[in-house]
Amino acid sequence: MSDIPDSSTAPTRTIDGVHYHQHDIVIVGAGGAGMRAAIQAGAGASTAVISKLYPTRSHTGAAQGGMAAALANVEDDNWEWHTFDTVKGGDYLVDQDAAEILAKEAITAVLELENMGLPFNRTPEGKIDQRRFGGHTSEHGKAPVRRACYAADRTGHMILQTLFQNCVKLGINFFNEFYVLDLIMTEVDGEKRPAGVVAYELSTGELHVFQGKAVIFATGGFGKIYKTTSNAHTLTGDGVGIIWRKGLPLEDMEFFQFHPTGLAGLGILLSEAARGEGAILRNSEGERFMERYAPTIKDLAPRDIVARCMRTEIREGRGAGPNKDYLYLDITHLSPEVIDAKLPDITEFARTYLGVEPYTEPVPVLPTAHYAMGGIPTNVKAEVLSDNTTVVPGLYAAGECACVSVHGSNRLGTNSLLDINVFGKRAGDNAVEYVKTAEFAPLPDDAAEFVKGLIDQVRGATGTERIATLRRELQESMDDNAQVFRTEETLIAVTEKIQELRERFLNISVQDKGKRFNTDLLEAIELGFLLDLAEVVVYSALSRQESRGGHFREDFPKRDDEKWLVHTMAYLSGDAHSADAGDHIKLSTKPVVITNYQPMERKY
Amino acid sequence: MSTVLEERPAAADAIQKFTATMMIRRFDPDVDTEPRWQEFSVEMLPTDRVLDALHQIKWEQDGSLTFRRSCAHGVCGSDAMRINGRNRLACKTLMKDLDISKPVYVEAIKGLPLEKDLVVDMEPFFASYREVQPFLQSSSKPEKERLQSAEQRARFDDTTKCILCAACTSSCPVFWTDGQYFGPAAIVNAHRFIFDSRDEASEVRLDILNDKEGVWRCRTTFNCTEACPRGIQVTQAIAEVKAAVLRGRP
Ligand SMILES: Cc1cc2nc3c(=O)[nH]c(=O)nc-3n(C[C@H](O)[C@H](O)[C@H](O)COP(=O)(O)OP(=O)(O)OC[C@H]3O[C@@H](n4cnc5c(N)ncnc54)[C@H](O)[C@@H]3O)c2cc1C
Ligand code: SF4
Ligand code: FES
Repeated sequence: MSDIPDSSTAPTRTIDGVHYHQHDIVIVGAGGAGMRAAIQAGAGASTAVISKLYPTRSHTGAAQGGMAAALANVEDDNWEWHTFDTVKGGDYLVDQDAAEILAKEAITAVLELENMGLPFNRTPEGKIDQRRFGGHTSEHGKAPVRRACYAADRTGHMILQTLFQNCVKLGINFFNEFYVLDLIMTEVDGEKRPAGVVAYELSTGELHVFQGKAVIFATGGFGKIYKTTSNAHTLTGDGVGIIWRKGLPLEDMEFFQFHPTGLAGLGILLSEAARGEGAILRNSEGERFMERYAPTIKDLAPRDIVARCMRTEIREGRGAGPNKDYLYLDITHLSPEVIDAKLPDITEFARTYLGVEPYTEPVPVLPTAHYAMGGIPTNVKAEVLSDNTTVVPGLYAAGECACVSVHGSNRLGTNSLLDINVFGKRAGDNAVEYVKTAEFAPLPDDAAEFVKGLIDQVRGATGTERIATLRRELQESMDDNAQVFRTEETLIAVTEKIQELRERFLNISVQDKGKRFNTDLLEAIELGFLLDLAEVVVYSALSRQESRGGHFREDFPKRDDEKWLVHTMAYLSGDAHSADAGDHIKLSTKPVVITNYQPMERKY
Repeated sequence: MSTVLEERPAAADAIQKFTATMMIRRFDPDVDTEPRWQEFSVEMLPTDRVLDALHQIKWEQDGSLTFRRSCAHGVCGSDAMRINGRNRLACKTLMKDLDISKPVYVEAIKGLPLEKDLVVDMEPFFASYREVQPFLQSSSKPEKERLQSAEQRARFDDTTKCILCAACTSSCPVFWTDGQYFGPAAIVNAHRFIFDSRDEASEVRLDILNDKEGVWRCRTTFNCTEACPRGIQVTQAIAEVKAAVLRGRP
């Protein structure tokens, strides 16, 4: 079926129990971004895809609403409007050259998916149908526009399945349930380059070293730093954490998106597609409160704005329910036929998990931690940066783990499924180009040493602290102090909490001492990543004394373009184990790329 | 100003916590020769799922309890298991919907090699899936999208929902006795392409499924349809494929 240069998954050699593999391109992560990269890479070079989950379990499959592209299939639209909406939606922290690429290449990206087999919903003429989504407008904000291409309310599921199907067709080498825990960097001619990664095989507990000329990170987000989240249990930011520990920078970590409509108390997402199809947010008085805050596009204002309005409604006593602590998403005015055709899954979630019948009852909702705008800084070729401008040759990142930045301080709905396809493909293409002339960077003799030590230490841990307790305390403190509204006071409170938890983390116990399928051990290692990343999020948030997009400081409620129209760059420097964040995190800034759109006040 | 808000929905406060007994079939390949049942007691809220019960055990009582999970809301297909003798997703089964006056029995799905506790080897399952050529095959290279009417799209809508959880295949008595049988999930995924108006390889797939380990092994016991957490009409999809095999076309 395929003509892959090397389609074997057998290691080339085994030394001291460590298995060695060699591939031109090593991709970490098999979600949308990883598999889109693999489809490019696998056709042109020997490729390995390493994933801690079976590819089809990746959280891209949970995405519901749609993928943006100005196809103009149902009404007038063009990529320039899409670019503008993306820039404005991101509160002008978006790099405009990257946003333009995103919006332009969106059109091919959607058509390519259709060609690969994706079953999009169709218009009466048989074209790809499109629906409305928050922040996407025609003529620079005049009215909502139908730009989101979709497959019912399981667009992400269909993207993930379609990409996996095409990887099967191409015979891509997958290493499933392999946890990558380290990136090996070596110096070649005075330049730092990736030599490969080290992975822990869940089923056996054995270590594998994957040597590669190019390494692509596509490990997804880290919503599990919060308690109430739409993210999967496995979204613990391992890839971002590995990059951080290597001393490479992380960009804009203070910007986390809280999606307005999570099922109250659970965080399970009800897609914005519901509001795109006409659903209305109401307070305890039944009032459509978004009319007051965003008179033009109302319930379809961008997420950061809607989430803040919801919190404000609750604070001012207009929350619903006996404790006045949630709001309603109302779709009772839509016909059951429309609901079943366009929103079947999310209505099923409301029935299953809250016992609410959306045909006839409004659904209790609250903002839920949803998307990391920040992450591993890359340029538009998906190459990872080691400072504001220097490229690490051979190292790439794409998808939610990366920060290009096309989302700025607030991502628009449907722009992430787009991001993973556009920049996943770019990562794959550029890696293929790179490996044509690049040599393998030499592996150090002790390539697996660090991970060996880490595993032995964690497996041997016999302290008194439970992993789940520490994780819960972290998540609760993040929800309480670093959510939709933040102040210096709350951010200092959570900083101190994280400091305490890092200390207690040294005294954990792992009960499972076995080698095979030791998920107890991996949860401990994942918690280590969560603690590291939460600290960077909070430290970056403390520093940014303004409010922009997803980052709202009540003590600095205004956007401050004079001082803060810049990206935050955080570096691990100094003693990683020092107690004070200030002793191991160094912050600097990076200019925002502005081409066509000067910052304006953001009104909807 | 503090931003701490109580976020639990009122419904959960109004109803009391309850205690349930979980009987879990454990198997540690390094120690056990045979699986064994172990009893745990858990405190649950009315909104809690079986997955929450398993987490409570793992996180508070016995860290070595092993199971797969990721999304926790029924879309990733990680946590199919046998709950009170029925294949279900642990994250989609609410504790309050089970009879908790009796212990809740949880064990790994059947018919695939048991690895540890609730974890089985999924490789044979995915191997059958790969055999039916589960990808679009089409020679046309249109400049824009291929056209497909809403009716043509609806023809295979049901089978596009599959999350490859294996609940169906591992509930099938034919599959239990003959692991070579493709199993319902592979047929569902073949159906998804056989009835897609854009695909040109239906004949090849129908041929593959006409094999002695193909559709004819199905004895219409409906276990698969009952087990499917996505509500796919699995038995009907198999029947449609059988009819197509006889016709020699979709
Ligand atoms: C509920 C929900 C609904 C959404 N709806 C939409 C929508 O409608 N439109 C939209 O545009 N966006 C939506 N999003 C956002 C979008 O789905 C995600 O941002 C995007 O899918 C992320 O894709 P990814 O490929 O970067 O990561 P993921 O799909 O999360 O994949 C990450 C991969 O990395 C692997 N991995 C992680 N750590 C390791 C490790 N240590 N070793 C090996 N492998 C590892 C995992 O196994 C996985 O394969 C939604 C998000 C959620 C949570
Ligand atoms: S058909 Fe249903 S039960 Fe079978 S694998 Fe697919 S989703 Fe699971
Ligand atoms: S954990 Fe994803 S389906 Fe249950």
